[in-house]
Amino acid sequence: MATAAVTAPPQSRARKLIDFSRDGDRIAHLVTFLFAASVFLVTVFLVYELWIHSGPSRAKFGFSFLTGRTWDPVAEQFGALPFIYGTVLTSLIALLISVPLGVGAAIFLSELAPPQLSNACTFLVELLAAVPSVIFGLLAIFTLVPLMRQYVEPFLKHALGFLPLFQGPAFGVGYLTAGLILAIMTFPFIISISREALLAVPREQREAALALGATKWESTWQVVVPFARLGIIGSIFLALARALGETMAVTMVIGNDTGIHTSLLSPGYTIAAIIANEFTEATGDIYLSSLVELGLVLFALTMVLNGAAQLLIIATTGKGSKQP
Amino acid sequence: MDRIARRNLLNNVMLTVTGICTVVTVSILFLILGYLVVNGWRSIDFSFFTKLPLSPGETGGGVANAIVGSGLLILIAGAIGIPVGFLGGIYLAEFGEKTVPMLIRYTADLLNGVPSIVIGIFAWTVIVVPMHHFSAWAGGFALSLMMIPIGLRATEQFLRGVPNSLREGSLALGASKTRTIISVIVPAAKQGILTGMILGVARVAGETAPLLFTSLNNQFWSNKLGEPTASLPVIIYTHAISPYEDWHRQAWAAGLVLLVLVLIANIASRWVLSRGASAQRG
Repeated sequence: MATAAVTAPPQSRARKLIDFSRDGDRIAHLVTFLFAASVFLVTVFLVYELWIHSGPSRAKFGFSFLTGRTWDPVAEQFGALPFIYGTVLTSLIALLISVPLGVGAAIFLSELAPPQLSNACTFLVELLAAVPSVIFGLLAIFTLVPLMRQYVEPFLKHALGFLPLFQGPAFGVGYLTAGLILAIMTFPFIISISREALLAVPREQREAALALGATKWESTWQVVVPFARLGIIGSIFLALARALGETMAVTMVIGNDTGIHTSLLSPGYTIAAIIANEFTEATGDIYLSSLVELGLVLFALTMVLNGAAQLLIIATTGKGSKQP
Repeated sequence: MDRIARRNLLNNVMLTVTGICTVVTVSILFLILGYLVVNGWRSIDFSFFTKLPLSPGETGGGVANAIVGSGLLILIAGAIGIPVGFLGGIYLAEFGEKTVPMLIRYTADLLNGVPSIVIGIFAWTVIVVPMHHFSAWAGGFALSLMMIPIGLRATEQFLRGVPNSLREGSLALGASKTRTIISVIVPAAKQGILTGMILGVARVAGETAPLLFTSLNNQFWSNKLGEPTASLPVIIYTHAISPYEDWHRQAWAAGLVLLVLVLIANIASRWVLSRGASAQRG
């Protein structure tokens, strides 16, 4: 081998090396492409599997699955409405709390706080986003639920009991508690993305407003926030998508009731929670495939929201799927 | 009260309110941490790390099998997720042209947003159903799916951050593209990529929902990867919703261990990144 290399004319040796490295590039291109393509394939396969495995349920119930109100495994009658209702309701409660709180904190961190304090606080908030959801659930069961049952819910009934929203016995578990825990889990997203959107607003905008005699708050609320509104809305969509798909913490405090209730104090169910609770115990094709179809519904809901959020965030900060 | 005074009052009130929002949100992290430390610390003892769970009602025992099980699941997830994320990221940043990488990037973001419980259903359909039983493989596979998008996007992002002059310098010296990537570009971005991988591991380490019907749970040691396997997050869930006092105690302890590990990983990834940034500046 060594002698062959020595006897070969130098020119062709160089040629061989170049050819080899070109081949090497082609191989590397192909290998990395295969890995990247596997991400695409696996995602397509995921949708395909959900579609196939929900087949029996789709065939039996059709679109009435989405509007059906009974969930009766014994009679094999399945309707998704109570779960869709619970999912949407708990997520809305969460947003009602986390949006003002999150946007307020984002305004403080981007407009008022000195950069070092702002970065430190943002870091802490992002750590909060890293806390596993089962730990939120653990804390909620042993702290939030008793607190709600003994103090908050009786107080709400006393003060606002004339509304149908705050009636019925105080269990501690239910829509309101789940919404509250979801609020805590979603505001880190709102804060960190809204803050970036606010920081991306050009200085001149603020200075112009202040030069016209606006107070700090007026310049922030009437100039800076509208300028960053797409990013803020994007962060809210993202938070909503998180809330809809959140499983563990909600499963632990939702109360597991398959009815539809007006009262926020009442126990309920969400899509993710019923899948988590019943999937391993489901017997029979229809039962299982109904649960898979619930997963498909949840998937579709979150995908639409995520897509919209991505577009909005790209529009303001230029970050997201579409990289420069 | 005149107009100016009213506007100034509004200004002060609203700015204070945003400050209160910040205090509330930041303090929640400390509340969680404090509560877990107080409750968890009391419950952690030596047997917690070394013994198997006892049947309900008996006092004592530990979650040794869940700690090992979690480690195994993360190993499987990392063995699949890290190479796919890393090599896929190289393709997106270095080889991709236009349309195909866009499509892959978009699906990666899509995959990142898929609710974890749906990932669990998917892993159940492709691994548990054909194998006919719950296994560590299925759990690890489900976790790897959650890890891939994070690693992929981090790798791509940090490779793109490498200045083009480095690429051109290496190519001008006659190195092939592959050699340039291996010896110049990836080393220049290694801190960032490492950060992404650590964050990916930290994210899946606490995931419970995808494990509920893939790796399930186990009261004993699992001898094979094809058997149901206990894991820390699932143990926290089942123990917390159980009616037994002693199991609650262990749920707190397991929660503390898990949270500390996840937070350490997150802080470590920050530290790696900031060290990289200062090294590049210096």
